[in-house]
Amino acid sequence: MTAHDHDHDHPHEPIGSDGEPPAAARARALEELLVEKGVLTREAVRQRIDWLVSRSPADGARLVAHAWVDPEFKRRLLADARTAAAELGLDTGPSPEIVAVENTDQVHHMVVCTLCSCYPRALLGPPPAWYKSLPYRSRAVSEPRAVLAEFGVELDPGVEVRVLDSTADVRYLVVPTRPAGTEGLSEDELAALVTRDSMIGVAGPREPLSASA
Amino acid sequence: MRFALGQQVRVSDRPHAGHCRTPGYVKGKTGTVERVHGSFTNPETRAYGADGLPEQPLYGVVFAQRDVWPVYAGPAGDRVVVDVYEHWLEKA
Amino acid sequence: MQDRGGVPTSEPIDRTEHELDDWELLTDALVGALGAGGIMNVDELRRGIESMPRDEYERAAYYERWLFSIETNLIEKGILAPGELEARL
Repeated sequence: MTAHDHDHDHPHEPIGSDGEPPAAARARALEELLVEKGVLTREAVRQRIDWLVSRSPADGARLVAHAWVDPEFKRRLLADARTAAAELGLDTGPSPEIVAVENTDQVHHMVVCTLCSCYPRALLGPPPAWYKSLPYRSRAVSEPRAVLAEFGVELDPGVEVRVLDSTADVRYLVVPTRPAGTEGLSEDELAALVTRDSMIGVAGPREPLSASA
Repeated sequence: MRFALGQQVRVSDRPHAGHCRTPGYVKGKTGTVERVHGSFTNPETRAYGADGLPEQPLYGVVFAQRDVWPVYAGPAGDRVVVDVYEHWLEKA
Repeated sequence: MQDRGGVPTSEPIDRTEHELDDWELLTDALVGALGAGGIMNVDELRRGIESMPRDEYERAAYYERWLFSIETNLIEKGILAPGELEARL
């Protein structure tokens, strides 16, 4: 992992002479202090970092792809996502409850945490910066269609847009609609179509390349 | 569990000091229970170092967007679902 | 002020992707380790963030809020003395 330039859209405190924000030194000093005091071990912190960097949307995509090929599994996933994920050996993380919701021709789901940034990290990896941003948190609930349009998603007025605000211990995973023309694809090929943003509900899955099928 | 699937409920708009996970935009609004999530530790007390017990029932409550916002630009069918703890809900 | 649902804004949603910097991962890991150790739970983390002055909250980067909260909580719990972290910098 390397440091890189910041291009945040919000003002910072002056950058230190070594080019990193003051918060970086603060975080390191905090770790040092806590390890010195015996409150934490460096090992425990490293293990947690290892878990964090191990997380990506790959596990979520596997769940979706398997649900696409196996309707009975999809039914189980929508009924009890944690148990269904365990069938595939997937770790749903520390969240007390995971709920999978399905996008159809009639309903399009979109997930937000207006109060902070709750997100199904074990299945999707770290949340994107925009998901945690103040404008997403405020507009996703009050003008979801305008937000979706910014993300390139236009929905017919006849489709219900259903926004899920993760205010408590439940984390939501959107199962996007399987694209047409994917009948011949393997589960791995299907999983490659399932993007992080489609599992948040601000995008559809990738379309298959016209050459495959 | 005080409330059942399909039951209409109103979110209390009582004032609250301290940590709260019921968003202001649904306070005083009426919706329908569409999920009964089970019981979880109470974040309002756990946020101050207590154990959060007794666990509180948690409901997924669905609201019509047009009922929530004074001016909602989308169609009447649009919905917002918020997870609300039982002690913030009343019979509608 | 953390209750953002419906708050009017003219700020655009910036969709630039950011890989987490080392210090951000470290901050996240500190919270995870403090949680696993039964020292500070996620509700305390959130409450600590909510105790930030509003303008600081809105100006701060995401993980800066976490650092503020960790420090606030640990001082409350008597694990850190006020100013002890500052003295280390």
